[in-house]
Amino acid sequence: MILLQVIVGGLLLGAIYALFSSGLTLIWGMMNFINFAHGEFVMLGMYAAFVMVLWFHAGPLAFIPVAALALVAVGLLVYFGVIRSVMRGPMLAQILSTFGLALLLRYLAFWIFSANFVSLPPTALRGTLRIGGILIDVPQLVGGTTAAALTIAMHLFLTRTRAGSQLLAVAEDRAAAMLMGIRPDRMQALAWAIAAGSAGIAGALIAITYPFSPSIGEVFGLTAFVVVTFGGFGSVPGALIAGLLIGLIQALSAFYLGPIYKDIAVYALFIAVLWVRPQGLMGKA
Amino acid sequence: MRNASRAAFGWLALAAGAIVYPLVLPGAFYIDVGTTLLLAAATAAAWNIIGGYAGQVSVGHAMFFGAGAYLPLLVYKLWQWPPIAGLPFGIVVSLVLAVLVGMPTFRLQGHYFSMATIAVAELIRLVVATAEPLGAAIGLQGPAVGRGVWDLTFRSGLPYYYLFLALLAMVLATSWWLQRSRLGFYLRSLRASERAARSLGVPVRRCKLLALMLSAAFTSAAGSLYAVKTGFVDPESGLGILVSVQMIIVAALGGAGTLFGPVLGALILIPLQTLTNTYFGGEGSGLTYILYGGAILLIARFEPGGLLDLVYRARGLFAKPAPSSEQSRHAA
Repeated sequence: MILLQVIVGGLLLGAIYALFSSGLTLIWGMMNFINFAHGEFVMLGMYAAFVMVLWFHAGPLAFIPVAALALVAVGLLVYFGVIRSVMRGPMLAQILSTFGLALLLRYLAFWIFSANFVSLPPTALRGTLRIGGILIDVPQLVGGTTAAALTIAMHLFLTRTRAGSQLLAVAEDRAAAMLMGIRPDRMQALAWAIAAGSAGIAGALIAITYPFSPSIGEVFGLTAFVVVTFGGFGSVPGALIAGLLIGLIQALSAFYLGPIYKDIAVYALFIAVLWVRPQGLMGKA
Repeated sequence: MRNASRAAFGWLALAAGAIVYPLVLPGAFYIDVGTTLLLAAATAAAWNIIGGYAGQVSVGHAMFFGAGAYLPLLVYKLWQWPPIAGLPFGIVVSLVLAVLVGMPTFRLQGHYFSMATIAVAELIRLVVATAEPLGAAIGLQGPAVGRGVWDLTFRSGLPYYYLFLALLAMVLATSWWLQRSRLGFYLRSLRASERAARSLGVPVRRCKLLALMLSAAFTSAAGSLYAVKTGFVDPESGLGILVSVQMIIVAALGGAGTLFGPVLGALILIPLQTLTNTYFGGEGSGLTYILYGGAILLIARFEPGGLLDLVYRARGLFAKPAPSSEQSRHAA
């Protein structure tokens, strides 16, 4: 029974991993560009929620959209301010730019909010549900299902709408897309907005349940790498499955081996996958 | 010819300056800053072999530095050997790590290598921080009092200064040899275009792996000397992400993929860091790292070639126009 509870908890957190990893995989698949600051975007989403609750006593229905919008703004700023010109430069500059951005954001948050762990005061979402003999935290349940729904919505947006198809067209073949009258620059900006926005929502959703500190972005950034490597680059459904899987593996290794081993298990798995199938479990070579 | 002799003269002047520096400014503080500077230059120059010349950006070089730093103190803890005896063991461990990381990721182009290095370095840091035989989160200590010459515990910082100077000279000499060797040309060609290099018959994977091993060995040696000097290492100081960050920023600030770049980067960054630490209160505040992050971002955005590139271009404005190396690099 307790095992079932651990599994459900792992899957619910895994759904949130899937949401922010989808953003990373979108940019990666589209621009062949790794955002080393993606975990910091999630962290900023958490602190956006924190500030909203602290200053305006906002509820989840207010602070989740605000976190999303704040991060959309950050994503656009980063794209137009840095990424667009760095993309034309050497590879070294591409990696260094977001790596420097990650450090800058992490330690700015350190400076402003201090290194201490904080958690949101209990919001309108609270309590536990008893379903089929197991206890489920309501905020966790809402967070996990919302994240899963949003990840699926992102997939539907990409595959079923005009803007989504244009975005995928740029990912597939930039030059051909341009010939069809699509502006790659606009589509890439849209991808950055979606990626950062989803990271912001994911951060706010995690912040409802878990305590956090500025250094947590590093952990989420690495988690997103692992999810994307598992799920294949550029694949949102792959990220959803891989995210759930990673959440499950983390929960089980924390349960059987002890909490300090949950990250070790995930990183070790990541390195194993890089060895055996570096293009990702579900990815194409 | 004139250029070559001018460069040789510059290096001689720099070497002479480095040798007499502690005699001109003999205070313990100056020697300490000088030693820190030499260490930063040596590790950045070691990183530069794979990250600069070969263009494979490692963000986890702390694993090699950490292996180098832990092994000397481990052989002391286990068998009471002089710590310096652990240096070759550190190099062996680093070479094994380099092969483990490089073999799978160098099959692929792009960012895989960077991601793998950051993940492996983090994994090692987490494992070491929980491993009791390695001192867990507290770390390892060397001999408190020197038991003989081989413990290399000196009251003055001066011998360490010259040890690090010798190390830097070795790394730079190797880089200089690399620049004009066949391997060096292969590395630069695969940095410019891996596909083109491969189609011309360059053994791409083997070259990248060799460069990584060379880089790892020197980084590890620097870690060992650091551990012998401080007599202490913990997961943060030996394996923390900021260890890797410093190598990257020093090399990129001066100019990655150039011989003088890492030295220039250290000459600028370390005095600056010493000043900020003095005026903004220690390394505890994150301010130093905010500046680091901002500096890396600005270099990548505006001067991807580093300051050395800027100097060359500024000089080019006054000299007769020559075919720009800038364009060929940016086309890559």
